[in-house]
Order: sequence, then structure tokens, then C-alpha cells
Amino acid sequence: MPTHINDADGLDAEALYRDLLAQVRAGLAGVQDAAIVGIHSGGAWLAERLAADLGLQSRLGFIDVSFYRDDYARKGLHPDVKPTRIEFNVDGATIVLVDDVLYTGRTVRAAINVLFDYGRPQRIMLAALADRGGRELPVAADFVGAHAQLAPGRSLALARAADGQLSLTIEDDNA
Amino acid sequence: MHNPQLNKNGELQHLLTIEGLPKAIINHILDTASSFVSISDREVKKVPLMRGKSVFNLFFENSTRTRTTFEIASKRLSADVINLNIAASSTSKGESLLDTIDNLSAMHADMFVVRHAQSGAPYLIAKHLNDTKQNHVHVVNAGDGRHAHPTQGLLDMYTIRHYKKDFTNLRVAIVGDILHSRVARSDIHALTTLGVPEVRAIGPHTLLPGGLEQMGVRVFTNMDEGLKDVDVIIMLRLQNERMSGALLPSAGEYFKSYGLTPERLALAKPDAIVMHPGPMNRGVEIDSAVADGAQAVILPQVTFGIAVRMAVMSILAGSHT
Repeated sequence: MPTHINDADGLDAEALYRDLLAQVRAGLAGVQDAAIVGIHSGGAWLAERLAADLGLQSRLGFIDVSFYRDDYARKGLHPDVKPTRIEFNVDGATIVLVDDVLYTGRTVRAAINVLFDYGRPQRIMLAALADRGGRELPVAADFVGAHAQLAPGRSLALARAADGQLSLTIEDDNA
Repeated sequence: MHNPQLNKNGELQHLLTIEGLPKAIINHILDTASSFVSISDREVKKVPLMRGKSVFNLFFENSTRTRTTFEIASKRLSADVINLNIAASSTSKGESLLDTIDNLSAMHADMFVVRHAQSGAPYLIAKHLNDTKQNHVHVVNAGDGRHAHPTQGLLDMYTIRHYKKDFTNLRVAIVGDILHSRVARSDIHALTTLGVPEVRAIGPHTLLPGGLEQMGVRVFTNMDEGLKDVDVIIMLRLQNERMSGALLPSAGEYFKSYGLTPERLALAKPDAIVMHPGPMNRGVEIDSAVADGAQAVILPQVTFGIAVRMAVMSILAGSHT
């Protein structure tokens, strides 16, 4: 069961990750051609961990959605684009797309479009460490670590320490 | 002085020359290009960034290769590309350059890729667009006279970074007709900005412009001396049209003194790379054994050139007006 958190609660990213891992493991039971794809940057860290814990390192990919964003005309190109790397065959694969925080759904829409430019997956599922609501597109996660309630103008940020430990903090968007 | 390539926020609005371009912008272009390289290996070799944008290729001077690479780059960004056959168009009927630009802007152009024999023509177009409040339209210089060829300079930097990783411990030699080469000028500015400690220019007196030393370049008229221990050799095309003047005795004589042969290449570091902007004249400036040899990275340059042009166009088209 996903944890419910709000601004005041302490956020234990490692505990949420363990919960998410258990859900993804159960969801992929008996699935052929499973693969894990993380969305840069937070989703990529999670995907690395998931792939290692599920023995799917050879089926791990990373996506940067900068070239597929819907706000390019307004905001221009993201100043720090990371390479997209998908080295397994996407055709027929069951792909768990991983992001740190699920919000409007626009990033997920862009990431799905990226995947389809590599081939035709059998199925795409979505895993997020935290779902903060506020969807602007018909997107839903299959696996969620926690549901978060955040005031507008605030956001959840995932960080990774040098030893690989994950932590979540709440930030002001304008800070 | 305000850099005419940058907008009020310091973003790249036009790409006219590498001279004066901040190091951070050059690195941003190279970093972005590295993300575009892999797109050419995918099943769908396109991203939707410039969907619905119109790119006009204005080549007042012929260059099939450069025009084609810009066309491929535009198409891989999902832009619509319009190639104007300038020789058969209004310009030959007497229309002025800026009238041509205004007419194409009225057709809702978003970007002009300009090649012109006259140095400064792309700058004139960019200034006109800014002066007439059409600064949502972007200009890319695809080579102007002897002045600049910034995307070639950038793709050369991308190639060097790809093979050598770090600029700050390199010796780079540029060989040949430096005097008439906009590629050499763009390369020298880029190498200097990126912190290359030693840039060399090698060529006969008649093909070396004055003022190279003031740009921090070491000048050699003896090729064997100039190639000693270099990490990167950038060969320039010997422009055949220069032969007719009094600048050079003959192609054969030139090859004897300045052609890159395997023997001469052996004077450079063993892992030195050989670059050439194309088109090559085999047996004039470069020996076939070198051009086809293991140290040549001339074809990778072409591949990287697409990614670098995609990076430039997507950064320009995303800049704020």
C-alpha cells in the first residue's frame, strides 16, 4: 500500500523505494522481455537501483525528454540535456518507465513518445516514487511509493548521495 | 560592445561567428550535440523539436555538402526545409539581399541558413531582422567569404573533444591555405576559447595571413617542423581557384612541401588524429594512404556535423525573443 504524506511528514525515500521495488517485482512476475527505463535525472537513479535489484541490468535504459517536451516553444531547450540510451530491443518489450515524482503527466507523455521512436513495445507501465496529483493529462501510475499532497508552488526533489542513498525534500519552486 | 549574436538575456539568437562566443555557449552546443548523435542510430531518426518551423537554406554560393547537412539536420528536428535556388531566383533579377529576406520573412520563415561569398552578409541579415523587429527569425552562418564558418568550427571542436577528451593539453596544427580559409579562422577562435595551449598554422608565406601571432598562433612555413609532436592535424582544402593566381607554383609543387604523407604524419604524436573539412583533393594536400588511414577521422566529422547543426538550430529556435 502506498504511503500518504504531506508537507509536514518526514520523507524516507529509502523506505518508499523498498515499497516501490516490491510492487514492481510483483507486477513483473512471469512477464517476458521486461525492461526498466528511467527518466533523467531522478528516475534514472531509481531505474538503476530497480534494474540491479531485479537482475535486469542488461535491460536498462535512460530517457531525457528535452527533445520531446511540450514547452520548448515557451522555455527553449533545457540547458543540460543528457543522452537518451536504450540499447535493448524495444519491439515487444514490457517496459517499466520510472520517474521520481509524477505530477502533470507531461513528462510521461514525452517519454512514451521517445520510446515509440525506438520501436513498438508490447506494454508500458509507469512507476513513480511519489505521486503528487495535479494531473493535466490522462496518465496514471501502475506502481507508486507514496501519494503526496503539496501546496502549489512547492515541489518534491529527489537527491542521491555519494553512497547511493536516496532522499526526498520539499522545495519552493521560486527558491 | 553588444554581441549581435546574443539576445538581451545572453542567449544565442543567431550564430554568425565563433569569435567572441562565450566558452559556456560553445560547451552547451557541444554537450547538446552529444545527445543528438544517437538519434541517427534509431529506428525513427527524428525528434519533434522544430515541428511546424520553416528553415530556409539560402546558399548564394554553392556548397552541396554543407547545404545537405543542414537539410538533414533540419529534417531530423522535424522542421520544414525550403532550399532556394538562388542562381535562378529573384536575386539574379536584381532584387537586393534584404528585399529577398523581407519577402521570405513575409512567408513566415523561422530560420535562415546563409552561405554567401561576401564576408558579413549573414551579419547584415541578422542586424536587419533585429532592426525591423523580426527578431523571432534566426540566422545561421553557413560560411561567409573568408570570414567565418562557425558550424564547421564547432563540429571540428566536437570531433577533437570526442577523440581527445580534454582541450587543455593539446597541440593542434592547421595546415594549408589559411589566408583564404574561413574554417581556419573559426577553428582558431574556438580552440583559443576552449583553452588549447598551442595552436599552429602551417603553410607557405603566400597563404598565411598577417596577424596570426597576435591571435596566439605559432606560425611554421616548414611542415616537418610544424607537425612535430602535435595531437591534432587539421588539413585545409587547397582551393583550386587559387592556383591561377601567382600564389602557388603548381599542385605538384604544393604536395611536395605541404602534402600530408604517411612519412610526415609519423612526425606527429602516434595517436594524432587527421581532420579535413572536405572536399579533399587527394594528391594535392593529402595522400590517399593518410586520408584512408587509421588516424583519419574525416568521415566521423561529417556524422558529427549533423548532430552539431541540430544542436545549433534547436538552441537558436528555442531562444526567447
